Amino acid sequence: MPLFWLIMIVLAVAAAGYFLGRQRALASAGGNTRHLHSLPSYYGWNVAMKAAVPAFLLLIVWLLVQPVYINSTVSGMIPDRTVADNASRGLVMAEVRRTAEGLDNAVAEGTMTRDFASDMRADITDVTQRLKDAGQIVTSTVTQPVLNAAQRYRVMNATGTLWMSIAVIVLAFAGAFRGLREAHSDFRARNTVEQGIRAILIGAASIAILTTVGIILSLVFNTIEFFRLYPAWDFFTGLNWAPSFSGRGGSSDLGVLPLLWGTFYISIVALAVAVPVGLFSAIYLSEYASPRVRSVAKPMLEVLAGIPTIVYGLFALLTVGPLLVSVFGRDGLGWMQSGTAVMTAGLVMGIMLIPFVSSLSDDIINAVPQAMRDGSYGLGATRSETIKQVILPAALPGIVGAILLAASRAIGETMIVVLGAGAAAKLSLNPFEAMTTVTAKIVSQLTGDADFASPEALVAFALGMTLFVITLGLNVFALYIVRKYREQYE
Amino acid sequence: MTDATLNTSGAPRKGSLHVQDARTTRRNRSEARFKGYGIAAILVGLFFLAVLAVSIVRSGAPAFTRTVVDVDFTMTAAQVEAAESELFKTKAYQTVFIDALKSQLDESGLEVEVDNAAIERLLGKIGGDLRTFYANNPDQVGETVSFQLPASSRVDGYLNGRITRDSLENSRFLMATDLDLVDALQEAGIIKGAINWTFITGTDAGVDNPGGAGLGASVVGSFFMMLVVLFLSLPIGVAASIYLEEFAPQNRFTDLIEVNISNLAAVPSIVFGILGLAVFIQFMHMPQSAPLVGGLVLTLMTLPTIIISTRASLKSVPPSIRDAALGVGASKMQAVFHHVLPMAMPGILTGTIIGLAQALGETAPLLLIGMVGFVARGYPDGIMAGFTEANSAMPAQIYTWAARADASFYEKAWGGIIILLAFLLTMNIIAIILRRRFERRW
Amino acid sequence: MYDAPTPENRVTDQTIKFSARKVQVYYGDTHAIKDVDVDIADNTVTAFIGPSGCGKSTFLRCLNRMNDTIDVCRVEGDILLDGEDIYDKKVDPVQLRAKVGMVFQKPNPFPKSIYDNIAYGPRIHGLANSRADLDEIVEKALRRGAIWDEVKDRLDAPGTGLSGGQQQRLCIARAVATEPEVLLMDEPCSALDPIATAQVEELIDELRQNYSVVIVTHSMQQAARVSQKTAFFHLGSLVEFDDTEQIFTNPKDERTESYITGRIG
Repeated sequence: MPLFWLIMIVLAVAAAGYFLGRQRALASAGGNTRHLHSLPSYYGWNVAMKAAVPAFLLLIVWLLVQPVYINSTVSGMIPDRTVADNASRGLVMAEVRRTAEGLDNAVAEGTMTRDFASDMRADITDVTQRLKDAGQIVTSTVTQPVLNAAQRYRVMNATGTLWMSIAVIVLAFAGAFRGLREAHSDFRARNTVEQGIRAILIGAASIAILTTVGIILSLVFNTIEFFRLYPAWDFFTGLNWAPSFSGRGGSSDLGVLPLLWGTFYISIVALAVAVPVGLFSAIYLSEYASPRVRSVAKPMLEVLAGIPTIVYGLFALLTVGPLLVSVFGRDGLGWMQSGTAVMTAGLVMGIMLIPFVSSLSDDIINAVPQAMRDGSYGLGATRSETIKQVILPAALPGIVGAILLAASRAIGETMIVVLGAGAAAKLSLNPFEAMTTVTAKIVSQLTGDADFASPEALVAFALGMTLFVITLGLNVFALYIVRKYREQYE
Repeated sequence: MTDATLNTSGAPRKGSLHVQDARTTRRNRSEARFKGYGIAAILVGLFFLAVLAVSIVRSGAPAFTRTVVDVDFTMTAAQVEAAESELFKTKAYQTVFIDALKSQLDESGLEVEVDNAAIERLLGKIGGDLRTFYANNPDQVGETVSFQLPASSRVDGYLNGRITRDSLENSRFLMATDLDLVDALQEAGIIKGAINWTFITGTDAGVDNPGGAGLGASVVGSFFMMLVVLFLSLPIGVAASIYLEEFAPQNRFTDLIEVNISNLAAVPSIVFGILGLAVFIQFMHMPQSAPLVGGLVLTLMTLPTIIISTRASLKSVPPSIRDAALGVGASKMQAVFHHVLPMAMPGILTGTIIGLAQALGETAPLLLIGMVGFVARGYPDGIMAGFTEANSAMPAQIYTWAARADASFYEKAWGGIIILLAFLLTMNIIAIILRRRFERRW
Repeated sequence: MYDAPTPENRVTDQTIKFSARKVQVYYGDTHAIKDVDVDIADNTVTAFIGPSGCGKSTFLRCLNRMNDTIDVCRVEGDILLDGEDIYDKKVDPVQLRAKVGMVFQKPNPFPKSIYDNIAYGPRIHGLANSRADLDEIVEKALRRGAIWDEVKDRLDAPGTGLSGGQQQRLCIARAVATEPEVLLMDEPCSALDPIATAQVEELIDELRQNYSVVIVTHSMQQAARVSQKTAFFHLGSLVEFDDTEQIFTNPKDERTESYITGRIG
């Protein structure tokens, strides 16, 4: 594991730098710490920081850039006619990488010499055979361009890694030396180190932004790619969802509307369960319950929020579904065909959202000042009149915000609908029919064996984009309302 | 009555307080009704919780036991030789075994038909196992060996009531007559329940072998993922929170970060899966199905939660502590790292554990980066391999089982949930203890 | 420990509205009010004064059972309103509070329109048969609250948009709108500026014509200005209860004297 050792070397340089820097600073002050500007350890930290931080930054950047660079160089080597036979360049590149990996492993196992593996004129059949002997999975026919590309890929990778190691180690030493040179008694080491730490803190805080940027970029690029293969208009207005199963595309109908309908229908059912139960629970807990009841009932309800969604999914599939079928199915009212349905998923999702609605509403109701209640009781209002006519109207914006957040949760929920809602995309009004949602289809399109470059897989990114935009809109709006509401009473 | 009480003159209304007027009675009824709705809502919530708990325990408990047939069995060298000379060698071993079983039943004085096909339905093709055993342990030939052979999942189902004589349809898996045999075996004490260690320590098995499926490998996968999440999200989360809470100036960059964090906390988890797929696997070519990648995705997902709770605990440290440190000449950085951070640490750890528990139960993003159940076919060899080798995670494994057609896997899925919830419960209890122990009121 | 002045001796020609005997209030284990005996007359302004934490607000809140909303609070002794025990099991606090209105320390208009703020009480008690009735009640209440002229053109504006003094007068009007017989005021001017305070004090004096008013105040000057009777509370006990003039010019108890001369409190 060369990367592991590289990291170890840099850390060792930093550690050595710490002790040397500390010593040098102490020596420059004649061993008396009082003559130093900062505590001795700060001089050590200064050296260690200067050795490790730039080296690791370089390492990370290099690791990010190298595969992209090599990929684009190597993929440029592959002649277009090879690509034309296949679905896409991406697929060929996957094969190149696989072959390169196979060569690596074959060399490691000793079935191939290093020279043979990189011999540009090597015989295709011979190489393929040797790869197979080494137990490496290769497609039956490794073509000449693929083999050459793979060999080039290996070489570039090896040189890249070598240069990376050299550059990182040199940078680590250079940083350490610079830090050591500075280690004098009058050097303001503490300030320098603190500046460095501050930079690290800012970096950590920026990861939130990087994550958002990463989400947006990965969605946008792949969505654009998808719209190149499939017209955006058809995607947004299509009433039919029927991806072809071959994975090679061609005759798929990829209309988002049935999925959106399923998503909203299930969410509405979920909210119809969660909002009344959650809201009344919150009202009871905050306005009526004695502290003892509250201290028992509130955590019990919140247990529902701590249960992973996979548990709810299983609960929907194996408990609630069959239960509903026994009532509404063929033996009962005859409205329901199978256990997976809008009702099943919606009901279970509603249960999941009860604590979410109730604890948010509880906070919001508690934020209504006691003076409002006193004012109302002082006029001779009963508790319920106070709640209905004073507290709820006052808390309304906050509660609306909470419901919107719950709706965003419901729309983005995956496991319950994957297991409980069914797989067929339908535009139907019957809540006992199976329907499917945006999230469920993202999972099924990306976990199937469709080629990543096909519209059937890429559509998942367009679906993800749709989902992201809807939930983001809801969240931003809801958070805005809730914040405004809180400010009103602060 | 409204007329009577409408008093526009302003003179004091007279009317005894000790007599409730009709309107008050009506209002009190509506009050009681409203309160009733609240109680009903709480009860509905608790009812759901109870149903959920009961179905988990009832459906999941059988996954931890299995039915074994316990047979004392001797095979002499001559029998081995004879069997090896047959054309169907494994079948010959099986015949010897069945004879032994018959004689054991006879000893107990039970009369039942035992035929080859029935035994195969109950125990599977055991001849192969026997032959392998004697080939590997030649010294055991001629000795009495006690075999514990796992019975098929349908026998399991019969013994724990999932399959009854009425519901049974004769099939190549189980015939009604086999149940007589099972009853006899049970009476003779040959068939019995045992703890299913395979389920706790094993790896995922093929679609046709629900009995051999285990959660062990995915537990290891989850463990390595949680290591990644812990070692990335705790330092990054704390660093980000310290910056935002203690150092960040009020400017648009800070606002941007704040808005970002609160929105990321509400982004659906599956979107993080898409991010992981596109960035870590497609763009950076990290290995698919690796706990390392899963850990990275879950780190990004958990960070907002950890940052929010960490900031709350930093905020709860009173400013007087900072002033005290600054007052004796500490730098802002020293005040924060020497005084504020240690005081906020219990709160930070509590928040982190709760964030980890959330990540541990997360399924959807893992499916997208390929950590589905059926890749958990073996334990990783070594620490590094634990991070990079394809593996699954507990919730993803449970999902894979739930999605399989064979209903015998459902039991495994419920059982898996019990194990998963046991981990979550432990983590939450630790968090609660931490909070109780170190809670400070200023 | 001290001889409670027997209020019977000071009964004037006015009728007694409230009469309290041996009232004890506990907050959990804390004994907040000890043995308070007091008679409150009709058409009179009675002021409760005393240092903070002396229990005057607590006692005030006993008079319309607002303390019921606090879980740990327990009241013992007898409080009679027109001769009826208000802590009797048969008494519905809701009905009681319709008779005994309350105005709080901080103006607390509901986040509704001015009109709805006033109409809230009459609506829940069913005082109006029609919209016209309600309009009349609202106008009358606002006039009695001496705020009608300021708000008559914007009855639909939110009550929270008024100034502090206006808000407090709105709250007084709101309390008056339910036609109570007694009006309790818990430091109604503590959040107001001097001009608003003067307006509210003037209003209190007018309200005396129709109601028995009980006011808790921190300011001795205010008590002297608005009240006819004054009760001085100290450490949960009623130290002295007498005509206001008497209390301020010739206090009997030395604690009262210390307080009004500024030596304690």
